[in-house]
This record gives sequence, structure tokens and C-alpha cells, in this order.
Amino acid sequence: MSSDSSSGDKPDQTKREFLYLTAGAMGAVATGAVVWPMVDTMNPAADTLAMATTEVDVSKLEPGHSVTVMWRGKPVFIKHRTAEEIAEAKAVNVADLRDKQTDEERVQKPEWLVVVGVCTHLGCVPLGQKETDAKGEFDGWFCPCHGSHYDSSARIRKGPAPKNLAVPPYKFTNDTTILIG
Amino acid sequence: MASGNRTPFKNPVVEWVDSRLPLFTLMNKEYGVFPTPKNFNYFWNFGAIAMFMLVTMIVTGIVLAMNYAAHTAHAFDSVERIMRDVNFGWLIRYIHMNGASFFFIAVYIHIFRGMYYGSYKQPRELLWMLGVLIFLLMMATAFMGYVLPWGQMSYWGATVITNLFSAFPVVGESIVQLLWGGFSVDNPTLNRFFALHYLLPFVIVGVVFLHVWALHVTGSNNPLGIDVKGPQDTLPFHPYYTMKDTFGLVVFIAIYALFIFFMPNQLGHPDNYTPANPLVTPPHIVPEWYFLPYYAMLRAITFDIGIPFTDIVFIPAKLGGVLTMFGSILLWFVLPWLDTHPVRSARFRPQFRIALWVLVAAFILLGVVGGKPPEGIWVILGQIGTLYYFAFFLVILPLLSRKEKALPLPPSIHEAVLQQKKSVGVQA
Repeated sequence: MSSDSSSGDKPDQTKREFLYLTAGAMGAVATGAVVWPMVDTMNPAADTLAMATTEVDVSKLEPGHSVTVMWRGKPVFIKHRTAEEIAEAKAVNVADLRDKQTDEERVQKPEWLVVVGVCTHLGCVPLGQKETDAKGEFDGWFCPCHGSHYDSSARIRKGPAPKNLAVPPYKFTNDTTILIG
Repeated sequence: MASGNRTPFKNPVVEWVDSRLPLFTLMNKEYGVFPTPKNFNYFWNFGAIAMFMLVTMIVTGIVLAMNYAAHTAHAFDSVERIMRDVNFGWLIRYIHMNGASFFFIAVYIHIFRGMYYGSYKQPRELLWMLGVLIFLLMMATAFMGYVLPWGQMSYWGATVITNLFSAFPVVGESIVQLLWGGFSVDNPTLNRFFALHYLLPFVIVGVVFLHVWALHVTGSNNPLGIDVKGPQDTLPFHPYYTMKDTFGLVVFIAIYALFIFFMPNQLGHPDNYTPANPLVTPPHIVPEWYFLPYYAMLRAITFDIGIPFTDIVFIPAKLGGVLTMFGSILLWFVLPWLDTHPVRSARFRPQFRIALWVLVAAFILLGVVGGKPPEGIWVILGQIGTLYYFAFFLVILPLLSRKEKALPLPPSIHEAVLQQKKSVGVQA
């Protein structure tokens, strides 16, 4: 673009703005391209991501008892539920729940409840796995950190936690062996 | 920094340096003859004390880092080795560990001073905001430092605090995984926390530099909150305030030393001498004492916020608690615009003074609540404290800014000082 004499003190405004803009855009892209790898190093690495699976033999677990196993650095609760506990979980009116899920949606076999033992509030491990533990007001688990109560289907019933205890992906490889992950 | 109007130094070595790089001129201008209001009380010691604590933490921290191993398998043992085997390791660690507490004590008093005497008001808004930024950086640094010994409280404190970020909708879970570098607090987390715990103090030094620079542009506030009108209102910083600061610092260090040598674990938590165990949460997780009030605010929101009697929830309880906790400090950034009353010092604002002391009481109450289990009366007390805290900033301050009639201000600092002398003389 040529400049005539009237715009002599502001030569080629459009061209200059275009250059500023493209140079700025390239700079932004380059900065992003450098920053992202740095940020991404903080995300889970390949070895961490390599999905670990955990196999558990539950043949020795009596009704009413639970076992805690580690899966991806987190505790997983496996509970052999009694008939009363199953009935209790099924009797709940789902519409009243904070995180609406029926008991059937949360188990593959009613007598076996498998959940990640991490409170959905701020990540503490709820009590209730041992005979002597506090089990909360709903006969399930109780998180001592901030007072969340979970029922016998590990659904949130009272306290600050927003969600039910998560159900991890798992399958029964035979009648008494569970493969988590 | 032009050296044109420099007064030459007598010492030839000093003069040689100063004529090339006027460091001595700068120090003399900012810390020697620097005009400082003549009516400071002991509250004005705590900036210098906080500075001393920052240096203490950096120096002891560097020595500790030389013997620390940031790995989940070695961290706990390396700290115990520092305590038992490393020469004077016990002393350096106790200085560092209690230093965090005493740094916070100094800074809390410093912040209270700023609020009581209206130091955040025009023209010191930016100075105040830089201070709030320093406080946030301190909190992050202290939190990550507490994780490093890899005890039970370290591990579970880290778990609870990093999980706060999962409350944010959509991006929450990704942020938490980014913070952890995995699916739970683990070795990658410990590693990066160590790296950041080493880095952030130097960032703090940088912001402190800006904080002090801004202070030296506007000059200090003073207990009367009125502007300096001329040389009769000020004293040179040296020797008057170098001496006063040193005296206050010595008293502060004496109390600090009392803790280091006679009750080094009084402010800590015994659970942190148990190695971290991802399968067992201690029955009662509490943060360090200096975070308790915010922790109480986090736990005060036990209810969802939405349209009553329907299922529609805008802010679930968890997110509400997190927003409340972060908001409690972010509010400080806008304090200069929440309190627009023209009078700075609470001395001349009787209503503000009462409201501020109630805030202090509410803050201490929240501190007590934060250390108790989240049940019964403690939940209610926490909610009352939180309500007052936010009401103070969002309702009381804007209201008082418009309505409060201040007491008559003295005509100048030096006249007020002379007046005070006279009345003391009469009483004596």
C-alpha cells in the first residue's frame, strides 16, 4: 500500500497493524507450544496411567464382613452384604437421595458391594470396614473428617459429600474372584 | 538512580563503589534518613519481624534441603535422620518448623495492624494488595512444606486440600489429577511439592521487594492515620526505628526461642510422627493452627444452595464450602473499595473499632471451631463465625463507610504527640 502526502506522518497503518497482529498471534502460539509441555509433565505419566488391575479372592469373606484392597493407590472396599443390609439398601426411596442411584445400579451381585473407599467430599477414607468402626447413621460408612454418612449401598445420605462412593470398573472372573480395573 | 545529586562518601572504598553503583546512597536514602512518622507504636515492628522470619525460613530451609529426600520411601526417614543423626539437625528443623508458626503470628499481627489503622486506604491500596498476595503465597508454601515430612497429617492434609479443587464443576477432576500427577497423592505429588516449596519463598522475596518499594513511595501510615505534613512529623528511620524494630525483634525472638527449645512440638500434631498410610485416615484431621479459621469456614457450608423445596441446586455444599474458604481471603484484595470511609485509623472510628474487634473474636472462634470435630454445637458456631466474617466485609464496612461519624482528627502528628506528652505529664 502506498501512502499519499496527507497521511505522510502515519505511513501504512493497515500494513503495520497487520504485522503487529500476525507477529503477536505467532508469539502467542509459540508461547503456548512451549508452556503446554511443561504443564503436561505434571499430568499422570505413562507408567502411572498404565492401568493397574487388582485381583481379589473373596471366598473367605463371611457375610457382614469387608475387606480393603489397593487399586491405583486408592483403597477399594469390598463388602459381603447380609440379607438385612441388602433389604435396607433396596428399601430406600431413591427420590430422597442426593445422588440418585438405585442399589441395583451399584452392584453386579447384590451380596457383593465394591466401591472406591475415598470420600467424595475431600478424599478421606471413611470408617466402617472394621467391626468396631463407626458406621454412621445409615449402617454403612462414616467419614470422620467432615462427617459424611454413607448407607449400606455406600450412597451419600448426610453430610457435605456430593456423590455416592464411586463404583470402580470390575468383573467376577469366577464366583469368588473379583478383578478390579 | 541517577548519581548526579549524590553526596560523596568519605571512605574511599565506599565512594569508589558508590560512584559506580550507588548502593550506599540508596540504602542511606531508604533506610538511613528515610522520613518516618514519629508516632509509631509497637504494632509497626511486625513488618520487620516478618522480614526476619522470611530470611530465617529460607536459610534454615536450604540447610534442611541438603539432608532431605523427596521420595515417598525415604522422606519420613530422612526427616528422622535430620532429627537424630545430622549435626544440629534437630535445632535447624525445630527452628524451621516453629518458624512457620511464628512467621504466621508476625504476619497476622501485621495484617491486623493494617486493618485497625486503615493502612489499606488510599494511597496504599496497591501496597495492601501486594501484601495479600504475599499472604496467599505464604499459605501455599506452608501447606506444601507441611506435606514434606510425609507423616499421616502430611499425607491426609495434602489429600483434603488438593481435593478442594475437585469441587469446581467440569474441570475439577482434571485439575486434581494435574496437581497429583496420578490418581492419588503419591510420589509425583511429593516431588513437585518439594520443588515448589523451594521455589515459592523466592517468589515471596520478589513480591516483598515490590511491597517495600510501594511502601517507600507512599511512606508509612501511622497510628493516627493522618498524613505526614512536614519534617516536624517525622524522624529519620535510623537510628530511631532501627532501634525500635531491633528491640521488638529481640522480644519476639525470645518467645520464639522458648518454643524451639522447650516446647518444639506444642504447635504441631503428634499424628505427623506416624508415617503416611494411604489406607488409614487419622480419626481427626486438622490443618496447622494458622489455617484453622479457614478450615472452619470450609466446613461451615453444610447445605446446598439452590431453589428451596425443589431439587434445583446451584451450588452444592462442597463447592459452597470451597468458594467460602477461598473467598474469605480474596475479599481482602477489594478491602480498600469495601471500606471507603475517609478516616483511616480505628482510633477515630468508634463503630468500626467495635466491628473490627468482633471480627477478631469471630476469627479466633473460627480457629477454635476448625480444631473440633464437625458435629453438634461446633457446626452452628462455625456458621455464626462465618456469617459475621462475611457480613463484616460485605455489609458492615460499606454501611459504616456511608453512615459513621468519625471523632475529630488531630491537626497534625507532631501536635498530637506533644498533646499526649502534656496529658501524661499532668497525670504523673
